[in-house]
This record gives sequence, C-alpha cells and structure tokens, in this order.
Amino acid sequence: MTDIQININSKTYPTATKPSIANFQLSLKSGEFVCLVGPSGCGKTTLLNIVSGLDNDYDGDILVGQQHTHPKIGYIFQNPRLLPWRTVRENIELVLDGNQASDSMDSMLDVMQLTQSQHVYPERLSLGMSRRVSIIRAFAVDPDVLLMDEPFVSLDAPTARQVRDLLLKLWQQRPHTVLFVTHDLREAIALADRLIFLSAAPMQVISEITVPIARSERHNERAIESFRQKLIHDHPKIKQLL
Amino acid sequence: MNNLIILKNFLSTLSLLAFLAIWQGLAVYLNSNTLPTPETVAKVFWEGCVSGQLPFHLGVTLLRLVASFSIAMLLGCAIGIVLGRNKKLDAFFDNWLVIFLNVPALVTIILCYVWFGLVESAAILAVVINKLPNVIVTIREGTRTLDQDLLDMARCYRFSKRKTLIHVIWPQLHPFVMGATRSGLALIWKIILVVELLGRSNGMGYQLHMFFQLFDVASILAYTIAFVSVIQLIEFTILKPLDKKSQRWRR
Repeated sequence: MTDIQININSKTYPTATKPSIANFQLSLKSGEFVCLVGPSGCGKTTLLNIVSGLDNDYDGDILVGQQHTHPKIGYIFQNPRLLPWRTVRENIELVLDGNQASDSMDSMLDVMQLTQSQHVYPERLSLGMSRRVSIIRAFAVDPDVLLMDEPFVSLDAPTARQVRDLLLKLWQQRPHTVLFVTHDLREAIALADRLIFLSAAPMQVISEITVPIARSERHNERAIESFRQKLIHDHPKIKQLL
Repeated sequence: MNNLIILKNFLSTLSLLAFLAIWQGLAVYLNSNTLPTPETVAKVFWEGCVSGQLPFHLGVTLLRLVASFSIAMLLGCAIGIVLGRNKKLDAFFDNWLVIFLNVPALVTIILCYVWFGLVESAAILAVVINKLPNVIVTIREGTRTLDQDLLDMARCYRFSKRKTLIHVIWPQLHPFVMGATRSGLALIWKIILVVELLGRSNGMGYQLHMFFQLFDVASILAYTIAFVSVIQLIEFTILKPLDKKSQRWRR
C-alpha cells in the first residue's frame, strides 16, 4: 500500500457554467480511513468518479506513491451494482484475476455472514446483504484505495449499523486506505480516522479534523454524540453544512 | 398446479381435434380436389416420407435455413452492438438500415440471382440480406438500453473487453437476441421458399412450385405440415430450454 495524493485544479461538467470542484487537494496516508462529509450535490460522487478513473475529463492529477497513475480501486457504489445473472460467489470471483486465493474469499464471506448465501442470485438478497457482497467484492481486488459512496444509505438503522460493524471488522482484518463519502456526521465519526468537511459546489475542503476516539470506543453512541456536539460547537462553519 | 397443467393439455388437444374436425367436415361437404381430407393428406405425407422425397427436400431447405440464419445472427449481433455503442457510426449507417429494411424481399432475391447467377451462395446471400437489417435494429435497441451502472462497475474493476462482453453485455442482450431469433426463424423460412421457387432445383420451395403446376393440393398441405412441425420442434427442443436456462436468475 502507498500514499495517494489527489489534486484537482478544476472539474466542470460540459453543460455547467461553473466548476463542480475547484482547487481541491487531498492526501491519503496508507491504511487511513478518511470520511468526506458535505452537503448533498456538492460533488462528492464526482470526486470518487475521478479517483476511480471513470471520469477522465478534469484538470489535475492523481499520484500513487510517486507515480502519475490511476490507483487500483475497489468501489462500493450507492447501489450494490451486482450482476443479477451471476451468483454472489460468481460476482466476487469475476473481479479476481483467476488464480487469486479462494480461501481468502471464503473467510471474507464468513466475516460478512454470507457463506450460506454464496450460491444465491442477487435478486433474492435483501439490500443489506447485497451491500455486504459489494463490500467483499471491493476488498477482494486488494485495492490501493477503497472508494465508498454512501454505502449505508436507504438501509434501516439496525441494518445500517450491522453492515457498518461488519465493514469495520473486515477492514481491521485487512487494512486498506479508505475514502468514504457520507452526509451523516455520526456515521463519519464512528468510522473515520480523519474527517474532511467539504463546501457546496464548487467543492473545496473547509476543514480537516482527526477523530481522537479510540477504535475500541467507536461503538459507544454517547462518545460519538458528545464528539459531534463538540465539533459543531467548535466549528460554526461545519454547522452550516449539516 | 397439476390440475392446471392437465386442463391446459386437454384444451390444446381439444383445439387441435376441433381444427381437424372442421377441416374434415369442410372437405367432405365441398367434395373438391382442391381441398383433400386430412386422411388423404396423411397418406401423401406417409408416401413422401417412405420415398425419401419429403425428408430430402425438407433437409435441403433446413440446411439453407441454418446457414443463412447463423450468418445473419452473427453479423447482425456484431453490427448491432457496434452501432448501439457508437453514436457517430449509428448516425452514418442509419439511412442504410432504413433502405435495406424497406427493400422488398422479392427485389433482393431477383437482384442476387441476376448479379451472382442461379447459385447456392446467391440464394443464401439473398436470405441473409433480407434478415440482417432486422437483427441489427433489434440488437441495436438492446445495446442502447444497456445498464451504464454495470458497465461503469466493469470499468472500475478493470474487466477485459471479453469479460465485459460475456458477463455484463451479453446477458442483458439475451432477451433481444431471443426476440430476433424467433422473428428471424419465422421470416427466414418464408423467404427461403421464395428463393427456392425462383432459382433452385431442390428444397421445399421448388417442390411447392411443382405441386402448384400440377394442382396437387394434398402434397402442398403435406409439405406444409412437415415444415410447421419442424419449426415447432426447434422451438420446444432448442429455444424454450435456452430461455429457461438464461432466465434462471430471475425471481
């Protein structure tokens, strides 16, 4: 794993008059879990699409280590985007190059509690299960950076929490650099090493805050809530975003 | 569930019997050479089978069907996918498609024979040209409806072109391919008969032409029944199982 540096001078959609992203810099340390928090429509998904290489129409560059190249990514989309005509296991196997170890896949299926469902077609899965499959798929490619675009949105609270805990469990077993997009501050505090607050379009970094809560304390709702109150109190700018 | 299947089978048998009964009634009532009874037709059918004439001509026509159908489907799928994915090419070739869609089948057949002679390849070519635009249009429409989210996913995870085609694109095109196959079979076998009638000295079309000159309606009906049965057989032994296999993932 290596550090990743993202520089976007500007990104303007062809039909838009003003840029969606301007003068944006972000560096990700190897193995770091970074949450991007910003109002909806501010350009977070656009940023992920640029990092993933889906969108090449921008002015700027991305450095992986010292190299100008696109990082190898695992992308967990808002919708799970599983191939409905392939089983859970086939969906994960498809992103592998063929001879990668299948025992690591078995252990991931086990952690995500999907061993029972591995030969089922995605249409028979609940949304929470589909999301878990797409999380395994993203880890399976052993990426330079994991991109997560609000992966818990439209899940009911207990399911979202369960998937979140499972994600953390998997991430702690297999540390990877994570760029996680959300507009839910509580979720961000529970997950991140570092929070990046973003402005509305054109998207810029407003402030960066390291979350001091120990990993073992992250399941403690009160610790998270008190940190959230403190954040909002100390940083009035952030309050406007939420 | 079981009762429903029995009832369905019963009804479809009943409808066939009713059809035969009406035919028989009409034939007896009219008592004309131009409408033989089912019994006469069955006899002619049997004689044709025993003499080997009917299987031979049916076989020749089926071979032409397989050849022209395969060529039209392969080319049509390839061109259809390309046009569906590439807007510029599509804009350029759209006019060509409209022209070829609207040239009457008879015209292409005559022109092929005039330009290339009364040979087998001209016959096959004429059928392919008639069918190809239909396949292209169907597959092009299918390609336009491809799920961009899944294609993006494939790009993110660095799927090769081949992997993307097999696992992402093809399953989405499958219903369109099946549609093109069904309408294609129905269209092609009708055109093949005309091709044979005009320029070949064997096959169903040639035989039907002979029977027409002899006013041999019983033979015409016997050949028709043989042909319809074969097409039904293809539907039930090849197309239906294919459908079922490819739809297994649906709820």
